[in-house]
Parts: sequence; C-alpha cells; structure tokens
Amino acid sequence: MNALLARATPYLQATPLLLILGFFLAVPILLLLVVSFWDYDFAGIYPDFLTLNYAEALGSWVTWRIYANTLKYAVIVWAITALVGFWVAYFLAFHVRTATMQMVLFLICTVPFLTSNIIRMISWIPVLGRNGLINSGLTGAGIIEQPIEWLLYSDFAVVLAMVHLYTLFMVTPIFNAMMRIDKSLVEAARDAGAKDWQVIWNVVLPLAKPGIAIGTIFVVTLVMADFSTVQVMSGGQSASVALMMRNQMSLLQYPAAAANAIVLLVLVLLMVAGMLRIVDIRKEL
Amino acid sequence: MSKSAEIDLASVSKIYGKTTAVDSISLKIPAGSYCCLLGPSGCGKTSTLRMIAGHETVSIGDIVLGKQVVTDLPPAKRGTAMMFQSYALFPHLDLVDNVAFSLKMAGVDKPTRRARALELLKLMQMDAYADRRPGQLSGGQQQRVALARALITDPEALLLDEPLSALDPFLKIRMRAELKKLQKQLGITFVHVTHSQEEAMALADLVVVMSNGRIEQAATPREVFERPATAFVARFMGDHNVISGKVTGAGNGLVDFTVVGGGSFSATGAPLPLGADMDVAVRTDHVRIGESLQPGLGFTGIISNIEYRGATVKLTVEGAGISEFTAIHQANRETCHDRQE
Repeated sequence: MNALLARATPYLQATPLLLILGFFLAVPILLLLVVSFWDYDFAGIYPDFLTLNYAEALGSWVTWRIYANTLKYAVIVWAITALVGFWVAYFLAFHVRTATMQMVLFLICTVPFLTSNIIRMISWIPVLGRNGLINSGLTGAGIIEQPIEWLLYSDFAVVLAMVHLYTLFMVTPIFNAMMRIDKSLVEAARDAGAKDWQVIWNVVLPLAKPGIAIGTIFVVTLVMADFSTVQVMSGGQSASVALMMRNQMSLLQYPAAAANAIVLLVLVLLMVAGMLRIVDIRKEL
Repeated sequence: MSKSAEIDLASVSKIYGKTTAVDSISLKIPAGSYCCLLGPSGCGKTSTLRMIAGHETVSIGDIVLGKQVVTDLPPAKRGTAMMFQSYALFPHLDLVDNVAFSLKMAGVDKPTRRARALELLKLMQMDAYADRRPGQLSGGQQQRVALARALITDPEALLLDEPLSALDPFLKIRMRAELKKLQKQLGITFVHVTHSQEEAMALADLVVVMSNGRIEQAATPREVFERPATAFVARFMGDHNVISGKVTGAGNGLVDFTVVGGGSFSATGAPLPLGADMDVAVRTDHVRIGESLQPGLGFTGIISNIEYRGATVKLTVEGAGISEFTAIHQANRETCHDRQE
C-alpha cells in the first residue's frame, strides 16, 4: 500500500497542473480544431468534416493581405520594442548602481500597467487627434499650418500604441538576462581594451540574446493576436488577423474563425520554433 | 620574453563615500618580481590591485608604472593585464576567441589574432581544447585560459585577483607552482592578491601584509615570518604566540614587561619607554620545554591540550596570565608523556 502511494505521489502532485492545462489549453484548442472542420450557414453550425473553411481562408487574397499587414505590424513593433527594451534594460542593469534604485526604476516602468490596455490606448486619442495636443501645439506655435492627418487613425498610431503597450514585455526578460551577466566580464572586456560600444556588441548583446528571444516571443505573439489596438487606433482602416476572426465571429461564422485561428496558431508556433532554433533560451528558464 | 615594469604607489588612497578602503599607502614593487598583497578580507588589498589595474579610480595619490604615471589612464593603456577572481572568461566564446579578445578589440585581423591566441594556448598547454567553451573546462583549465588571455597583450605587469581561491586544495598547490614557473619564464612583474599566508610565502619575492587599508609590513617572506613588524603580522602569518604587555624596564638588550594576567617577562629588543604597550611574538616551533635558564625568559604553565600531528605534537599551555600559548614539538616519546610541567 505504501509502495503504491509512493509511486503515485508524483502523479498526484502533477495532477492540478495537468487539470488546469487540460481544461484551459488542451480542450479549447481541440475544440477549435474540431469546429474548424464543421459546416455553417447564417443560422447555425453543423458537425461535419469539411476542408472548405481552410480552402476559403487560404485561398482568398484578402486573407493573405491581412496576414501580410499583421506581420508588418509585428516586424515594426518588434524592431522598435527590441531597440527600446535593450537600451532601457542596459541602462537599468549596467548604469544604475544600487539594487534599490534598480528596483525603483523598474517598478516605474511597470506603472502604466496599472491601468487597462484600453484606457492606455484611448488616452492617445486626445494627444494625436486632429485637434489634439500635438496638432494644436504645433499649429499654435506656427510650425505647421494644417493639422497633421496621419497622427491618428493610421499605421503610425497603431504601431505607436502597440509599442507603448508591449515594450515592458521586452524590457523585463532582457533586464533579467542582463542581471545575470557577471559584471567582471565587462571589466575583463575593458581590461582587454574594449570601448563602451565594443563591450555592448561583444559581451552584453550576445549574453542578452536569450532575453531578447523571450521578449521577442512575447511581443510577436501579442501583436499577432491583437485586434483592439488595430481597430481603435487605425479607426477601422487597417485589419489584422485577429480582427478578421472577430468579424467572422460577430457574423456567427464560427467554423471560419476557428480555421483562421488554427492557421494563425500554426504560423505563430512556427515563428517561435524558428526563434528557438536560433537562440538557446533554456538557461533563462 | 618581454619587458617588465616597476610599480610605484605614491601615498595612494581609495575613499568610498565616508569609508577609507585604502589609506595612503606607498609601495615600490621592483620590476620582474613576484609580489603578494596579503591580508584578511576587507583590508584593501583588492582595491589596491584594482587601482593598479585601472578598474578603480585613485582618490588621492599617484601610481607609476615603469616611467609612466598611469593614475588616470584606462586599463588597456597601462601595460597591465588583470586576471579576475572567477577568471571572467566569456561564456559565449570559444577558447581561441576568448584569448584573442583584446586583439579583436584592437582591430587585429582574424588570422593573425587566432594564430597568436593559439600560440598562447600552446604555451599554457591548452591548445587541444581550442574550440571548447569555458563552461566545458575544469577550474584549473579555466585558469590557464585566463592567464593566456591576460598575457596576449604582452603586459609589463600581470595583476592576479585571488587566482587560486576557486580551486580545490590539491589543484591549488599545482597551479601555484605553475604560476611561479610562468613568472620566472616571462620575467614580468606579478602582483597577486591573496588571503592565504601559505600561498604568499610559497610564491612571493615581496610579501605586503595589509590591514585596515594600511601596509603593516612589506618584506621578503622570510623576513615577514622571522621578524614580523607588528602583532597583526605575527598573528596573521600564524605559527607565532603573540604576548601583549606593558614595559616595566630595560637593560642589557632586554626589555622587561608584564602581561595583564600578572606574569613578568623579558624580551630581546630596543628599549621602550616605561609603561608603553608592547607585543612579543614567540615562534611556536622555537619553544623549549624545561627549566627556565634565565629569569624572565619562560613561564610555568599547565598543558591544557595535546594534539598529535604525526611528525609533531601541538601543546597548548595556560599560565602566568597567558592563555592558549602554543608549542610545537618533535613527536618523540618523552615530550608526549612525561614532561607536563
């Protein structure tokens, strides 16, 4: 009896996690997969095995354009957050001397996250709008005559809001990776005659790579799945994959949305797998 | 093989906020010598080394290397190279790139710097591991690579920050011999920070004993051991009994003094004013057990502990106001059994 209990203990300990992952991850994805093969009309969905949903999703040039648009956002937002995230983390890890100050400044970075996504996004509108802070400031100062139109409801606004929303997801893992860099490595590099930029390029950047990779995974998956930012900040002029799915769902085309979701899931997983092939993140976990 | 430089510290201080880590020390390290900075942790030895290396700014004073004042020069412009305590090898680079790092920083082209790095790895007998990463090496191997990396710039002085502290005792002794051999072979100045007096005695031409940011004594190992300048040095070097007391008289090249516990003694040395504090160091292996031949030299006590150590026996004696007086004796039978005074 005791021997049996001893053998069962590890399984019992793993059960709660298994249940949570099962209910909240495995089952929904399975359902999605099953539904993506079902049939539908304007009134309901019908169990079936059709590949039509996939054929429609992949065969339409609209889908391809929306995917291209989403990828464009992902690439631009990734590049900007990586750049900003790297320098913020570098400053925190290497230029702030005391651990207390590091924590204080890091917490300040997280302050915007005390408000909801939507509020942070919407608060850009009075800043960027046609009669917003920037435009009225610039016209008032006589720098421009006409308000700049592309500030709001444009790709610029979408990217700006996404950078604002997601930079912290880049800062945190990079900061974490940099804090693990032995400071004597930097000194050793200086001892060998490395200038500041040489230290960054030859020591800090290679050793922060796993952090950059983890941040990249966060940012890319978040941007690929984003629909509210795209909708609000582009004023409905731009589309993203998730926005397309949401529209399909509001038209009760669940199987079509499910097929799209599966395609997006596969795409994102491929991107993550590609990143993991380039950078070994295991030592960060 | 390469030139070596004399290192001259001229009343150098290092002050962090309100604490003085290094308090106005002056030291001349002759060219081509092996110098050990020795002391307990927090005595300022590492700060001193880091100031010589240029990784710490000098608060007051000057550092001269050879004929050049290097006080405000960056580390790489000083002609020194530093080997770090944990070796600080770059984990993402293989051994060749680690060793060639400073040449890469200087813009030397790849074939030249790799050839030079391989040469140094060969010198350290590490060429067989050239394409490994530091993580795949043992402590001793890492140290050899760190040495190769430090030596690739042909430094005039090599600065070593507790280089042996990460090694196991057996390897420690082997790498110690290798360091000494290397220093002889290269003929450059080595400055080695350590808290182990044994290490310093084994390696150094010049031992610098430090405490509280000051130099207690700077001399050859033999002189430091046989004529410790202060009670601190005698205690830190070990194998000495330090007896503290107050001077009560002097004459015939002897100084008389009493200890707090009441005993009166005489010691050889220059006369001191009456009532002054004085410390006497007695080598534990120079203690003779028997009748006192001259009044004031020796005391009667009770042996409180006997430790058998194979070739020797360690006796702990209490008496005449002195506690924990240690005597090391050859382990022949008579001392063990009979002579408990």
